[in-house]
Amino acid sequence: MIGQLTSGERQSAVVILLIVAMVGLSMAALGRTDPLGVHGVIVMLFSGGLLYVVLSSFYAPAPTEEREASYYDDPIKIGIVLSMGWAVFGMLMGVWVASQLAWPDLAFDAAWSSFGRLRPTHTTGVIFGFGGNALIATSFHVVQRTSRARLAGQLSPWFVLFGFNLFCILAVTGYFMGITQSKEYAEPEWYADLWLVVVWVTYFILYIRTIARRKEPHIYVANWYFMAFILVVAILHIVNNLTLPVSWGHAKSYTVWPGVQDAMVQWWYGHNAVAFFLTAGFLGMLYYYLPVRAQRPIFSYRLSILSFWGITFFYMWAGSHHLHYTALPHWVQTLGMTFSVMLLVPSWASAGNALLTLNGAWHKVRDDATLRFMMVAAVFYGLSTFEGSFMAIRPVNSLSHYTDWTVGHVHAGALGWVALITFGSFYTLVPALWKREAMYSARLIEVHFWLALAGTLIYVFAMWNSGIIQGLMWRTYTEEGTLAYSFVDSLVAMYPYYIARAFGGLLFLIGAVVCCYNIWMTVRAKPVTSSRSGDVPVVSVASVAGE
Amino acid sequence: MSELLHRKLERSAIGLVLAIIAAASVGGIVEIAPLFTIDGTVEEAPDMRVYTPLELAGRNIYIREGCYACHSQMIRTLRDEVERYGPYSLAVESQYDRPMLWGSKRTGPDLARVGGKYSDFWHVAHLSNPRDVVPESNMPAYAWLARTPLRMEDLPRHLEAQRALGVPYTEEMIENAARDAYGQAMPDGDFATGVSERYGEATQVRAFDGVTTQVTEMDALVAYLQILGRLTVAAYQDTAAPEKAPDPAN
Ligand code: HEC
Ligand code: HEM
Ligand code: HEM
Repeated sequence: MIGQLTSGERQSAVVILLIVAMVGLSMAALGRTDPLGVHGVIVMLFSGGLLYVVLSSFYAPAPTEEREASYYDDPIKIGIVLSMGWAVFGMLMGVWVASQLAWPDLAFDAAWSSFGRLRPTHTTGVIFGFGGNALIATSFHVVQRTSRARLAGQLSPWFVLFGFNLFCILAVTGYFMGITQSKEYAEPEWYADLWLVVVWVTYFILYIRTIARRKEPHIYVANWYFMAFILVVAILHIVNNLTLPVSWGHAKSYTVWPGVQDAMVQWWYGHNAVAFFLTAGFLGMLYYYLPVRAQRPIFSYRLSILSFWGITFFYMWAGSHHLHYTALPHWVQTLGMTFSVMLLVPSWASAGNALLTLNGAWHKVRDDATLRFMMVAAVFYGLSTFEGSFMAIRPVNSLSHYTDWTVGHVHAGALGWVALITFGSFYTLVPALWKREAMYSARLIEVHFWLALAGTLIYVFAMWNSGIIQGLMWRTYTEEGTLAYSFVDSLVAMYPYYIARAFGGLLFLIGAVVCCYNIWMTVRAKPVTSSRSGDVPVVSVASVAGE
Repeated sequence: MSELLHRKLERSAIGLVLAIIAAASVGGIVEIAPLFTIDGTVEEAPDMRVYTPLELAGRNIYIREGCYACHSQMIRTLRDEVERYGPYSLAVESQYDRPMLWGSKRTGPDLARVGGKYSDFWHVAHLSNPRDVVPESNMPAYAWLARTPLRMEDLPRHLEAQRALGVPYTEEMIENAARDAYGQAMPDGDFATGVSERYGEATQVRAFDGVTTQVTEMDALVAYLQILGRLTVAAYQDTAAPEKAPDPAN
């Protein structure tokens, strides 16, 4: 890690870490007994830990001149490890939360472990911890390989990676203490949000400067998606998190958006967090690792253009489908519905482009579980976007909204698409990065694949059933014209499905643990001694892009 | 042709960045900005009052505990919802809500109009252990709320922040915020009368958790639950069911 930094860069690292520690100290001093004080201490510990790492190899030999001629892979490696760590944590929380819905006493009568506090640790853990680190790691890899340039910074990749993880830690520890803005997927409070802005601006500058160094005339498709992901997430994050803290010593703040406007801003954010965090970034992965693994060029360049601009433009209109039949003005709901339906076109263009790329390589899909991960991910992407467009139609939404059907849709996308494409990409990336012949065990990848697929199917089918039953029970009338079921009747009907979902989730979690083991054993294995040309792009960009 | 144009765009990082920002901005601007300018987005409700400091503190506990993860506060304009939960929600009813708590998931029932539906005693028993009251429930138990004293000394700052954002708290309300919170939960104490003076005669002043020795988080949360749907009667006038409007005095 430190070996790649010159002594000047090491000094800068120390200075930055000291500044961060000072910020932590002021938070602790201003916050005192407020939870903000605890977060101050956590910030200090975090920078202290990193300071220890830097200082303990401060006098290690400096890098040679050749550094500039090679790719910068250390941050990617650490990013993958962090991502898998968060995956296990986040999914463990998911299984716990799912079990609490089936067996409510699993909160053990403590404040920190009640459902309302644990649920965001799950969503943040998997979306930002697992997904975010995976996106940072793969974006660093893809941008270097497709630009044939080294990252345009030595310290900034570390700053982005660790800064982002500090944000995740503040978020998750905050929920345990009850710090939350209550805005879904934007729960962290003002100081964590400000910190993320700093990190994200650094990320953007690093990314754009690396692209500026490219030796290829064209910017490859995957990078468009990563760029849209970085840019739009910044816009969304800043607008949705405009708040006024109660004081400098309070973690608590009040948002500037009131009532109905807040609802619109929140779901404009929420839906596009799905679009640009859980979709655009992962499409970036798909557009690079799938063709590389299949050894085939992307099926259609035109479809790539169509779907990219369609997604970038249409998604931003669709947020109001989260607010059908509410106090939000009708015209906004109608716009949201219309654009959500149109969104199916670019979404399927992407999914179709991915699947058609595999044409002629189906035998590889059959034999190679890694490629199968990506193929199934593309299928689930197609499925969940179809489902989403369907659920966005007002009368359909009148049934699905507020029910487990939404949760089923979420996890068809989150497990089937986001997690599977990530696993597929990691299995492609890990041996290449650590310069191993292949993953430690192909059989374990196979095991993981079936665990993940079974887990996803059990989860999603359970939630479809429970959601539709729930929605129907709420609106069923007796012959006398009164409501047929009490709320509690509908709750009782859910229990079998809650148990099934927890079981499906457990399978998925076990799969992730198997993946960790496999990665760990791969890293421990001996590097290949033959001079494999690992550092030159394996497939030249042009042939991948189909030019 | 367009493909050629795009080939050009792909060669310029800055061009691509600007194009992405442009394409992505339109939707949000068109849908959000008019919500602030079009009259009628938020209805008029002259009778609506702001949250008392105790209710605001309760609301913050509701947020802290993530009750919104299982409970919505938004009755949709659908027949079955109106029959189950009461008149559909109006935008004006959340005009002082920062953030709004409309929710997206109903693991438990909607709470937009739960105020006055049950007694304080019921709520305290239910929150302490839901399964004592509703055996089938999977709602978590919050027994420790009744043991935790409410933090009140910083309430003036909370009200001040709210006022800075446009909630009509008066100088007097801000100054007395901590005392009012205490007074609202201590009906026999010296500060009780100030609450009714500042927030109206109809404001519920009582020992919400049934204990008069201490103001706890349970007091605040129950005070908040009991005011839900009762800050204004606008929704009842709007949906032509004025006779069902809650009697604020009970
Ligand atoms: C795990 C999901 C869950 C969480 C979290 C949760 N509840 Fe509930 N709640 C339920 C369920 C299910 C019911 C219906 C069964 C019952 O009455 O216990 C319910 C019922 C209620 C009711 C009665 C509503 C009625 O009309 O009968 C109130 C009031 C309530 N909850 C308040 C709260 C508060 C306040 C919190 C946060 C401190 C909270 N709930 C957190 C699931 C939850
Ligand atoms: C081990 C596997 C998992 C299990 C058991 C699990 C379980 C759960 C549970 C129980 C909930 C709460 C549902 C409710 O409130 O009714 C939930 C919500 C959620 N989970 Fe998962 N989850 C898993 C994996 C994932 C992954 C990998 C992701 C994302 C990449 C994810 C994203 C989400 C999101 C976004 C929500 C919020 C949904 C909403 O608000 O509608 N989950 N999950
Ligand atoms: C064409 C694409 C899509 C459309 C039109 C769409 C539409 C919808 C709709 C209508 C809802 C329900 C809103 C409600 O009733 O509350 C929803 C919820 C959700 N969708 Fe999608 N969806 C799409 C793709 C995806 C994908 C690929 C994911 C990836 C994981 C995803 C993740 C989510 C999440 C997390 C929620 C839950 C939000 C919440 O209530 O907390 N969606 N989507």
